Amino acid sequence: MSTIADRLIEDEGLRRGVSRLTPEKIEKVFKELIAGECGARLKTYVESCVRCGMCAKACHYYMSHKDPSYTPVAKVSQTMWRLLAAGGRVEPQVIYECAQVAYTECNLCRRCIHYCPLGIDTGYIISVVRRLCHKLGVTPQYIQDTAHSHSAVLNQMWVKDDEWPDTLQWQEEEAREEFPGLRIPLDVEGADFMYSVIAPEPKFRTQLIYQAAAIFNAAGLNWTMPATPGWDNSNMAMFTGDSEIMSRVERAHYETAQRLRVKRIVMGECGHAFRAVYDVANRWLGWKWHPVPVVHSVEFFWELIQQGRIKITHKYADPVTIHDPCNIIRGRGLMDKLREVTHFLCENVVEMSPNREHNYCCCAGGGVINCGPPFKNVRIVGNSIKAEQLRATGVHTLVAPCHNCHGGLEDIISKFGLGMHTKFLGDLIYELMEKPEAE
Amino acid sequence: MSFAQSWDFTPGARVVVDDLGKCSREYEWLEEPYVSPDGETVARVAALPDAEFSMAVGGEVWEETFDKIWYPRFSPDGRLTALVQSAGEWTMAVDGQAWETQFGYIWGTLFSESGDVIAAPIQADGQYGLAVDGQPWETLYENANQVLLSRDGKATAAVIQAKSLAQADIETFQQGIFSVAVNGEAWDAVFVNCWNPAFDATASRVAATVRRTLYDYTIAVDGKAWDGAYACAWGPVFNPATGQVAAPVRKAGAWGMAIDDRMAWEPRFAQLWQQAYTPDGGKLAAIAAVKFGEFTVVVDGAPWGVTFPVVTDLTVSPVGGRIAALGNAHNTDFAVLCDGKVWPGRYDMAWPPVWSPDGAHLAVAVERGGRFTVVCDGKAYPQSFDKCFAPAFSPDGTKVLIRAVADNKLHRIVAPVAAFTG
Repeated sequence: MSTIADRLIEDEGLRRGVSRLTPEKIEKVFKELIAGECGARLKTYVESCVRCGMCAKACHYYMSHKDPSYTPVAKVSQTMWRLLAAGGRVEPQVIYECAQVAYTECNLCRRCIHYCPLGIDTGYIISVVRRLCHKLGVTPQYIQDTAHSHSAVLNQMWVKDDEWPDTLQWQEEEAREEFPGLRIPLDVEGADFMYSVIAPEPKFRTQLIYQAAAIFNAAGLNWTMPATPGWDNSNMAMFTGDSEIMSRVERAHYETAQRLRVKRIVMGECGHAFRAVYDVANRWLGWKWHPVPVVHSVEFFWELIQQGRIKITHKYADPVTIHDPCNIIRGRGLMDKLREVTHFLCENVVEMSPNREHNYCCCAGGGVINCGPPFKNVRIVGNSIKAEQLRATGVHTLVAPCHNCHGGLEDIISKFGLGMHTKFLGDLIYELMEKPEAE
Repeated sequence: MSFAQSWDFTPGARVVVDDLGKCSREYEWLEEPYVSPDGETVARVAALPDAEFSMAVGGEVWEETFDKIWYPRFSPDGRLTALVQSAGEWTMAVDGQAWETQFGYIWGTLFSESGDVIAAPIQADGQYGLAVDGQPWETLYENANQVLLSRDGKATAAVIQAKSLAQADIETFQQGIFSVAVNGEAWDAVFVNCWNPAFDATASRVAATVRRTLYDYTIAVDGKAWDGAYACAWGPVFNPATGQVAAPVRKAGAWGMAIDDRMAWEPRFAQLWQQAYTPDGGKLAAIAAVKFGEFTVVVDGAPWGVTFPVVTDLTVSPVGGRIAALGNAHNTDFAVLCDGKVWPGRYDMAWPPVWSPDGAHLAVAVERGGRFTVVCDGKAYPQSFDKCFAPAFSPDGTKVLIRAVADNKLHRIVAPVAAFTG
């Protein structure tokens, strides 16, 4: 059995961060964190774990490496328990190790909750470790940069205030060549819903905005996109442990929807953003629930299909399989609606095993893919179990309604030579939908 | 003189546009209607044949056409603005006349309170700042956002990026690269972040929330940061009478109100934001969560006795020290809160409360079951519409201007306050 110390990876953010630490500072910050932010929940989890190891097979890292140091309980043991045992007075190098475990060897996917006889949420414990690392200034360089971007421009990819509406207008113009009269309505007060996306869409995946506009226009919906910051629903600050920036981003998102007087927010196909908006940041801001209802695209497409608003010319013929994104399946229970939408669109759906709430994580989520190149191999080889799962389906098309899942799965597909390609539901709907000019 | 003093406040109802789809030129489509503040006309973006765009105002299309046009907004003095693009360059058009200066992009139009000054953030050759009545700042920056124009229109400000940042350079970022520029001139000080700049009543001072490290939030006034370090802070406001600066700050896991770096309201709230002084500076109100999930309005530190899951749109009266806000249950069941009491109606949606100039009356546009009307002092106007825009009061505060769409017509109704009986 290895330990985290056996597999340390150089990262500029982690290395520079620990260079500024002393055991005294770590102890002080740790004790303040435990006293100020961690109540009965952490204490209950720590004291009720019976060390049974049932969580081991829940973790894709363990299932890929078969090394006990990757089990959820071992990750807690190498981080929080270690810190608690020392009263937080540890050498800076220990914080480096804690940070590498917390940021790059746990996706906060919460699969292990389902395997723990006591329901311990290891993801929560690891989130507390991340919060500590943030407060100590020990965060991986690349994900920290995204948190900086969130703080400065309220989106994760340094998209400036002009670039956002300019991109939407460009997509609108492009789409009008295929759909005459199509609009991406900007800042329309009183629309039925505000459509929000994550920053990679205007930056790299503009076709997703194009496709969403095509679908919404064909469905005859009364919708809008904000012209101001508050349009990005992603939240990497949630994953670095910077709750203050996380909440600033989410406040802007909700206040934008409130300003536009929309009935609800519809989010693009992203999992972690849904978690931030629907579950985490709203509560840090003091709301028990979400102040404006939030609907993930999977659920929204399902609604449109129920209402007969999505009409397709034919079904996708090649067999497909479904990847269940953690944050909308374990986090929201959309597994049935995801299947109903996929079956509506596709002739032949081959389920992977295990699936639904027991599906293996993509290993990109939880901010792991955002930790960048230094840790890319960690998340790919740490998910060979996913490659086996995908290969066993024998299909070539993988439906994954989540951005981070796409990134992670494409890397796995490439590394393990699976010969598959990933699709968003939006890709399929756009490909199959009745297009007005064809009528 | 307020523009409203020239409006027709003769009680009665008129149809001022009998066909919202009317257009003097052939068009492909007309976009959302924007109604002038006086309710006398309506403007819509008109998509013309051959991918040309212009504004149709009361059905008459501007002479000049553009490659793109967006963000039509009436200034408070009734001029119609729109952001327009020709030959790849953007500028502002005001009543059909484009500014001479063109930019790489322009967005987010700003107006002074009386509407005499029009400004907007601009990007020119990858540099950012503001343009005021067509004149850009002399100095532009790598980025400028969170822009504002003072109420009197004499000053502009923005958060600016003062130093370059290489890709993923977290070290330089944490040394501080942001500042605030006022009329284009940046503060000497730089911070890790600057947010929510605000002018004082005379537009001579600016305060902003700043972060000195990733963990040290405070308020800076004219570039000088308070000594106090807080776990988090929201945007500051100036007391219009005393010049003191108030900002919600977070300490030990709870929110309180700091005024000039001293805790005026002890940190005991689960949330505290959107604070506003009454114009005489006599009262400070804010939206607060007295407990997790229980929001209300707090005035001078004392919460109102009613809570909602969500409270928004805190509004103070121009005189009289009155305060209003909207409460709702997760974006449904909207209610109007006024001086600590809740009006009886519940709505599917409500728009920001509007005070009469004398502070005696409050009007709110509301929607229920897809129908719109205006509620004044808790009583609804006895007619509903397909759409209502923000109501306005006559200068003497005795009458309400209702601007509404019904049956594809623009209706202009001047109703005495006593006419609200529902």
